[in-house]
Amino acid sequence: MAGITVEDLSTVYPNGVRAVDSLDLEIADGELFALLGPSGCGKTTLLRTIAGLEAATGGAVAIGERDVTRLQPGDRRVAMVFQDYALFPHMTVSENIAYPLRVRGVAKAVQQETAVRTAGGLSLGELLDRRPGQLSGGQQQRAALARAVAASAEVLLLDEPLSNLDARLRLEARTFLKKLQRELALTTVFVTHDQAEALALADRIAVMDAGRIRQLGTPREVFQRPADTFVANFIGSTPMNLVPRGAEIIGVRPEYLSPAREGLFNGVVSIVENLGVTSLVTLDCGEDQIGYVVPEDEEPAVGAVVTVDAPDTRVLRYDKETGLLVR
Amino acid sequence: MSPLWMVRRIGFYVLVAVVLAFFAVPMLWLASAPFDEKPGLGLRWPDWTWRNVVTTFEHPYAVSSLVNSLVLCVVATVVTTVLAALAAYALSRVRIPGRDLLLYLLLLLSSVVTGTAAMVPIFVMMLQFGLINSQFGTALVIAGGMLPAAIFILKDFMDAVPRSYEESARVFGASPRQVLGHVVLPVARPGVATIFVWAFVNAWGNFLLPFLLLRDVGQQPAAVLLRTLYDEGGSANLTVIPVFSLLYSIPVVVLYLFVSKRYGFRFHGGIKS
Amino acid sequence: MDSSGLGVRRAVGFVAPALVLIGVFLVFPALWTLYIGITDYQLTGPAAADPQVVGADNLVEAVRDPLFTNSVWLTALFVLFSAVIGQNVLGFGLAWSLRSVSPWLRRTAEGLVLLSWILPSTVVAFLWFAVLSRDTGTLGLLLGSPQTSWLVEYPMTSLIIFNVWRGTAFSMLLYTSALAAVPPSQVETARLVGASGWQTVRDVVFPHIRGHVLTNTLLISLWTANDFTPFLLTSGGPNHRSEVLPVLIYRQALEGGQLGYASAMSMLLLVGNLVVALVYLRLLRRRA
Repeated sequence: MAGITVEDLSTVYPNGVRAVDSLDLEIADGELFALLGPSGCGKTTLLRTIAGLEAATGGAVAIGERDVTRLQPGDRRVAMVFQDYALFPHMTVSENIAYPLRVRGVAKAVQQETAVRTAGGLSLGELLDRRPGQLSGGQQQRAALARAVAASAEVLLLDEPLSNLDARLRLEARTFLKKLQRELALTTVFVTHDQAEALALADRIAVMDAGRIRQLGTPREVFQRPADTFVANFIGSTPMNLVPRGAEIIGVRPEYLSPAREGLFNGVVSIVENLGVTSLVTLDCGEDQIGYVVPEDEEPAVGAVVTVDAPDTRVLRYDKETGLLVR
Repeated sequence: MSPLWMVRRIGFYVLVAVVLAFFAVPMLWLASAPFDEKPGLGLRWPDWTWRNVVTTFEHPYAVSSLVNSLVLCVVATVVTTVLAALAAYALSRVRIPGRDLLLYLLLLLSSVVTGTAAMVPIFVMMLQFGLINSQFGTALVIAGGMLPAAIFILKDFMDAVPRSYEESARVFGASPRQVLGHVVLPVARPGVATIFVWAFVNAWGNFLLPFLLLRDVGQQPAAVLLRTLYDEGGSANLTVIPVFSLLYSIPVVVLYLFVSKRYGFRFHGGIKS
Repeated sequence: MDSSGLGVRRAVGFVAPALVLIGVFLVFPALWTLYIGITDYQLTGPAAADPQVVGADNLVEAVRDPLFTNSVWLTALFVLFSAVIGQNVLGFGLAWSLRSVSPWLRRTAEGLVLLSWILPSTVVAFLWFAVLSRDTGTLGLLLGSPQTSWLVEYPMTSLIIFNVWRGTAFSMLLYTSALAAVPPSQVETARLVGASGWQTVRDVVFPHIRGHVLTNTLLISLWTANDFTPFLLTSGGPNHRSEVLPVLIYRQALEGGQLGYASAMSMLLLVGNLVVALVYLRLLRRRA
């Protein structure tokens, strides 16, 4: 068991792209940590550099007390689940799960026993003799997790672990993953571009952009107080309202706005979108468009004039020049 | 179904039948002549006999030349497959300095430098090395000729093997040798099998190089012996030639059946549009 | 870092054995052709022990030699009619029409075509002797003129038909896989607006497979130009009437013993191959 320390880490590709740019990060032992950001932000490169699949051009990576910056991937005591799972198609599920032990030259009987035990823990017991091609997407994902668990590594790395599953299965797999991580209490880093996934799963999130960390915090901190307008835009299932006012930009989440006698914004209802239990209402306020969320059966009529307000603590102010949070 | 449609349909099948006959008729000789009392260079309903088969097996060089073919072919095929697999893998994965130029040259070499165009220097070179009548030397020449194309075709297969397989194995601690043996080669097996069969059929049928380089009849493979039987002429050899042709053809036909059953005879990679 | 974890040094080690073999048995002979081609090197006699450099004399002599110009002309005919036209058209025709027939007919047809491709060339030569020979030959019997010795009276035509039979399989395979990549929706759209079979091929299919046509034509042309099988059928005869370049080179070098002169002709064949290949690669690059 060990945490991960990343110090002044840079990974520059031969074509000159600085995928990871002088980055510092501390991940605690046993933490479930998310690297979140749009595609091309460097999150996958950071994960691969921790795994040793990309060579760091500067800085250091330590796992526990060990500096692993110059070690081969196989010597770092990390396990990794790839986005496409990378289950070997010519091996059975059981052989796949036992592969980390086979590489180390562990006895056949022990390999077999570990495969059966690990597979049982991830409800794959019935599928041990199948090949990956005969499994459903969810089963493949669990088989890949089982193989990573069987490696008994100090750190578990997951590259977009849920992105290859369809929407319904993804929720199920998300819950399963969180439960598994709690049981193993294994330091786990996962990469995702889906902010909802990061918010739901992680103990802490690093929001990345252009090879740097924009904000580091718990899901609640990141959701309630985005450190800058980039994060504010990126987090939340409905985009945050960002409205210029003088030298500042006012930021309010649609979820925090509700109709009031007088308040922040006043406008004409132009669109009502049904989100299930709630509806997203769009107000035309002069040049700006403001979204706010209402419970079901409380939708205003299109064309109605509405004023909305939010509690003072939920209204954020950003500097117009730097985009940074002022208050 | 209009009459015009019927006419066109019938015309289509007549055309297909003619084309099929064009391809089938020459091969009938291989089925009839070996078992004919009086085999000749022509197609006729045979007076069935096994005598030709017996005569062929009694021919002093018939069986030994098939063994020579097998030796020559196995050496050339194994060398080609193993070296091409290693080279294709490395070229597919590692940016060796000058890799793109090398690949470009290989592509040119594979189509430009042919055994026929280079036969004179190959002959002179082997003569000076003292490798005339060396089966091993001839096998290496054949392998050298097949390698550029083999590397090219195999590289396409290797490119199609997902990188994440190797990375996954490496994260679990596999050495480069283990990555190759446990993961890459098994996953690329259809490609390796394709090259193996392709090289085998090529080497098995190769006439020019053994004809040039193996002048001693005891060393000659079936391709050359068959030609010698014809050049000598005489009726005795017409009893041997058909049976021997059939025996010599069997391995490639068997390989063909195996491949079409196992993988289907299709182009997998190697074809750039 | 590469995904295999090999590193450059080990990768070079993986590539080296293949390159050594290619270098010794392919590149070196090709380059050496250039040197032997400017000498009067012979298989036997004084010029065998101590060949003299004669410069471009061999090349000049070759270009003036009626046997050589005849051979170049025959090779051009051979490539044009048997490969560029014959194999290309028949291969595409087979690939196109076999899509719509029943599976067993398709398998039978493909099987026969492929078999004619993979049988050893010496065996194939006998198969065609049996078709083309006098008195008992199948073709003579079919056409009712058993007295005709086709290989003697029509040597080039025979070789061309033979080579169509021999090599069509490659074009068929290549076009089959090319046609599989044409989006069916586009072909169906053409049919919905009432295009005929030929219009569909011209307007929808051909634009998709243009690159394949180019690749195929290049490869089968090079293979046909360098094919030694004509030697097995006619040995270049009668009276040089079917002496394509590979046969001429062989006879000059091994039967005539003129190694230097034969090398000069090899060199011209190599240069021809190279020009064709470079033009092709240029065309392909322009498309990409």
